[in-house]
Amino acid sequence: MNALVEPIALPSPVHPPHARTYRYDEVDREFLQERIAEFSGQVERRLRGELTEDEFKPLRLMNGLYLQLHAYMHRICIPYGILTATQLRQLAMIARRWDRGYGHFTTRQNIQFNWVALKDVPDILRALAEVDMHSIQTSGNCIRNTTIDEYAGAAPDEVVDPRIYAEIIRQWSTLHPEFTWLPRKFKIAITGAPQDRAAIQVHDVGLQAKRNDRGEIGFEVWVGGGLGRTPILATKLRDWVPEDELLAYLEAVIRVYNALGQRENIHRARIKILVRDLGDAYRERVEREFARLPKAKYRLDPEIVAQVAEHFAPPPFAALPDSPPATARALEANAEFAAWARQSVRAHKAPGHASVTISLKPIGGIPGDCSAEQMEAVAQLAERHAFGEVRVSHVQNLVLPHVRQEDLPAVWQGLRAAGLATPNVGLLSDIIACPGMDYCALATARSIPVAQMISERFADLDRQHEIGECFINISGCINACGHHHVGHIGILGVDKRGAESYQITLGGSATNDAALGELVGPGFAYDKVTDAVETILRTYLAHRSQGERFVDTYRRIGLAPFKEALYATA
Amino acid sequence: MPLLEIADGHLLADDWVPVAEDAPLPQAPAILSPARLRDPALAGHNGRLGLALDPGTQPEEIADLLPRLSLVQVVLPKPKDGRAFTQVRALREHHGFTGEIRATGHLLPDHARMLRRCGVTTVALPEGADLEAWRRSAEVVDIAYQPAQDEGTPLGFRRRRLRAA
Repeated sequence: MNALVEPIALPSPVHPPHARTYRYDEVDREFLQERIAEFSGQVERRLRGELTEDEFKPLRLMNGLYLQLHAYMHRICIPYGILTATQLRQLAMIARRWDRGYGHFTTRQNIQFNWVALKDVPDILRALAEVDMHSIQTSGNCIRNTTIDEYAGAAPDEVVDPRIYAEIIRQWSTLHPEFTWLPRKFKIAITGAPQDRAAIQVHDVGLQAKRNDRGEIGFEVWVGGGLGRTPILATKLRDWVPEDELLAYLEAVIRVYNALGQRENIHRARIKILVRDLGDAYRERVEREFARLPKAKYRLDPEIVAQVAEHFAPPPFAALPDSPPATARALEANAEFAAWARQSVRAHKAPGHASVTISLKPIGGIPGDCSAEQMEAVAQLAERHAFGEVRVSHVQNLVLPHVRQEDLPAVWQGLRAAGLATPNVGLLSDIIACPGMDYCALATARSIPVAQMISERFADLDRQHEIGECFINISGCINACGHHHVGHIGILGVDKRGAESYQITLGGSATNDAALGELVGPGFAYDKVTDAVETILRTYLAHRSQGERFVDTYRRIGLAPFKEALYATA
Repeated sequence: MPLLEIADGHLLADDWVPVAEDAPLPQAPAILSPARLRDPALAGHNGRLGLALDPGTQPEEIADLLPRLSLVQVVLPKPKDGRAFTQVRALREHHGFTGEIRATGHLLPDHARMLRRCGVTTVALPEGADLEAWRRSAEVVDIAYQPAQDEGTPLGFRRRRLRAA
């Protein structure tokens, strides 16, 4: 038989030389062209009526294409949240040409375009392929984009670089022949630092990469965490899986799930239900499968790890002192710059450098939205000051991972000119919100306008500083895309006899001290939810001891004082 | 029902007969349930035997029967129900089964590559299936990023080209 498509020789995109992401070679590019040909063929068969909508749906989902309330939504994969400036510019081009001039960054470190036409999707895929991007496995019951700490390769406390293993998992899971028709979607997160910034306890598989006392790399494996309508924290399956057995172990974990996971009821089909129901029997089955699979075949060769690691070698950091005088002077002289730096600038492992978080949460704005002009402005700043590399964070912000401290005033000026210098990273108005009823066909309530109301109510920066670290997460239905269970304050919009009602949970966390929030009581109407948040915060401030964050006070005093303040007078 | 040889896209004659639980055993090669295959009455039978593997049955539950079998038939009750992929891989990898593995059920051309890579040899094409779509789908994506039951030509990292050059 002849091949359907001959490999197309495309010019290599020009990525900034020191941006550290996996660099495609001709094999990867050929694969993308084959995959586009496959998807285009599927679209044609659907249009000719050879595929029913039921048959086509999982195929289009596996390519990131959802049918939403008003239009198709196309979710583009940003592997482990890392972009080159070249790729970000192309996303800006796509936003302008095929969407309405903006895109929406997600908690899964991807980007969504909410207004695309089906007929344009093959062209969008070709435009993505020009910069080594795609939308493979951004939806569907398969292994999705692996997410990591957005400060990977920059954080001072990093023990193991999670990017290397995220890329290895990306390749291993791409069109995996056995794991493309799982009972339900499957999400993996990796952290390589003792401080978990990847929320590994609320993923289907969470990996804590670490080193033993001989300096060897291995993984603590957590399984069966997840939010949605049945929130469950993950179970630790193994303390240590050696690096060369990582893929073999993941094979075992997912084989057992594929064989035994529930398929009749979509709400019971995630691996968390299987792990919960089987308990120790699940672990035993995984260990048995792991023991009998041919280790050599699934071995992760250290030489391959070393080759992938080359793609993530440190960029050429200049030898610089910390706290350069000009930046120190600017911090003293300019209160606005200082307020931004206090929230957005983060310590870096290389002296004289810093990581900069760019807030996509302007007061009254839509969390995670970014215009084409803003994407281009960030791309330009990244090229000038950050080796041309940009990260997407799992709280819907952007990060310039490696910035010279002496460049911080210039970066701030550039962000300010683009409307991207909101000094609220880590503060109350740095809200996670799902698209809610404004876009999503599943939503039962609005979430974006709730985020906007709260951020406007607490717009005053002094007040936000007084409150300190407090994360508000908002979901517009029980599927929990806004991660409300793990917000310090979680808000869930539901439909109650035709009216939106917002249930509030307190005390959630997605980091090392992972916890699911507790329901405070009956829900609040749409126009009362901001008042309720204000009451909660007043209660916290009244009870706070020296140095406590919201979540600390909550854990000390419990639900009762908040309940009383919210419902006693009602 | 036309039968597709998935490795090379040829159509084959199907001489296997699915046999109902209480039906008499035919002369032709027979596909039976595990219970029927365990029936002592079958002991003297020297015709070729196949087993219909239910999606909920784990291959290790029928491992004792495999030495007698020339064929195992798996089924996708729905296109999204991928349990058969794990069954087939286990039959090949853990149990060393080298006979024919036949996929049946609500199959789409888009399954072709994955079925083949997991170790399926033949596909019972659904009524009205477009043979050309199956052949195209089986090989439109020729590069794979992981080992499976096929080999391919190494391409660096863990990648491989599936079709012979």
